[in-house]
Amino acid sequence: MRKFDTKVQHLKYKVLREVARLAWNDTLLENVMDVPKTIVPGNEPTMRCCVYKERAILGERVKLAMGGDKEKSNIIQVIEIACDECPVGGYEVTNACRGCLAHRCEDVCKRGAITFDQNHVAHIDKTKCIECGACAKVCPFTAIVHRKRPCQNACKIKAISMNDHKAAKIDDEKCIQCGACVYQCPFGAITDKSFILDAIKLLKESENGKNYKVYALVAPSISSQFAHVKLGNVITGLKEMGFYTVIEAALGADMVALSEARELAEKGVLTSSCCPAFVRYIKTAFPGLTKYISHNMSPMGALAKYVKETDPDSKVIFIGPCTAKKAEAQLESVKPYVDAVLTFEELQALFDSLDMDLPALEEGVLDNASYFGRIFARSGGLTDAAAQAMKEQNINFEIKPMVCDGIEECRVALLKMSKNVLGANFVEGMACVGGCIGGAGCLTHGEKNKAEVDKYGREAYEKTITDAVSVLK
Amino acid sequence: MVFIQVCVGSSCHLKGSAEVVELFQKAIAEHHLEDDVVLSGSFCIGKCNLTGVSVQIDEQVHVGVNRDNFRDLFKTYVLDVIENERK
Repeated sequence: MRKFDTKVQHLKYKVLREVARLAWNDTLLENVMDVPKTIVPGNEPTMRCCVYKERAILGERVKLAMGGDKEKSNIIQVIEIACDECPVGGYEVTNACRGCLAHRCEDVCKRGAITFDQNHVAHIDKTKCIECGACAKVCPFTAIVHRKRPCQNACKIKAISMNDHKAAKIDDEKCIQCGACVYQCPFGAITDKSFILDAIKLLKESENGKNYKVYALVAPSISSQFAHVKLGNVITGLKEMGFYTVIEAALGADMVALSEARELAEKGVLTSSCCPAFVRYIKTAFPGLTKYISHNMSPMGALAKYVKETDPDSKVIFIGPCTAKKAEAQLESVKPYVDAVLTFEELQALFDSLDMDLPALEEGVLDNASYFGRIFARSGGLTDAAAQAMKEQNINFEIKPMVCDGIEECRVALLKMSKNVLGANFVEGMACVGGCIGGAGCLTHGEKNKAEVDKYGREAYEKTITDAVSVLK
Repeated sequence: MVFIQVCVGSSCHLKGSAEVVELFQKAIAEHHLEDDVVLSGSFCIGKCNLTGVSVQIDEQVHVGVNRDNFRDLFKTYVLDVIENERK
């Protein structure tokens, strides 16, 4: 069965897998320079103009797989030589224009930017065009195309531009590390730094729990991932890899839901703090709204803190769909509790670097959280959980939620909020469309993923948030 | 002072950790041992897939704890130990 959505993900995975393989064997230092050649062995190029360029790019990927440039703080990095410098012409008329007589494009253009030559073929005056796209919509031959770079198109907060060499450039001040560009770049020229080496080191040095215990905190979106095996196989696989035990980050979500509901009732207006990209977006783009951000830690942070308080010598590795979590783990407030963050993509590479046959493993169990903690993985889940938490705690407060699915919807809601015209008192913000299941670090993204999360939620042993959290008192 | 850790990891959770935690809370309240006992959770005591819930009392791990054998366990490893300490 298909493990990834795209070949770019597969390529990235191969690099991670090879680096991990060497790291487990303690032979990374001697062999790191050979990794590109292991992946592209022959003399014939398979992706680019020549094998040397392919290997040069792979060399850059190896660097990022090993943690990337420590000088550059952004988790998201452009591999400049891999950037294909896609055209950026905006709306253009192609040779599919047949020079028809209707001239719908001309009629619909409010700026008068469309003119015709002697053959009735349309031309767009770039000085007048405002990129509204109306002409492209009405053309009966779909002859007008929008040439926009996929990375710029993916980055709805407009943090990507071009540098002097026409390669993509990320504005590190604006970037919220959501990873949309990482997933969308068709050349794999933008990628997230990996901390697999930190994770491998933590696991190796724990010597199977002898020196300290390594806890895996797994995000609930895992239910929509690793579709080729059972979740129970993955749990056992993690333990075989050296994790002492696996806990659902959704239990952290249950903890957060209870306190977030209380905070909302107390303050009257609140924006959610689960999605680190959304939180960073408010802080950078709408600093005036910072006061409304929930003071709760994210589910990852809350649960990791709990684990470290009960077992102070332990190490915590979060495994999820998210690149922004990598940045969150570096915040001063979260750093003491989370030792490394891995994506599902990276976990797959780690399994395969050990040649683990997941389906052959015994099925472990994973059950710590309630239905409501688990559905945090998809858009709308957090709001459902907050409403439930109000009910369970007998708080008399009417939630008027605004569920923002994706950063574009977040932007609109925050804009309204800053003008006091939102008409809601609770903003659930998720930077990725669909919620965490749309995260850049997911192996696959599909229509069915939301249903998978809901199904997994219903399978939870505990039905209420209070019951799930009761064991922690 | 007696330290009690009830395993609330997945495997024990499904076998009824919540009930065992509740039994401990009730028993501690009943005997007024709030100052003599520290009750906490643990995400794994390393005895998964045996029968029932695992509980660690001081250094010793007890497996298969449930409603039926709780009274005996509490008496032997908590009440009696505290009584001895007081002597």
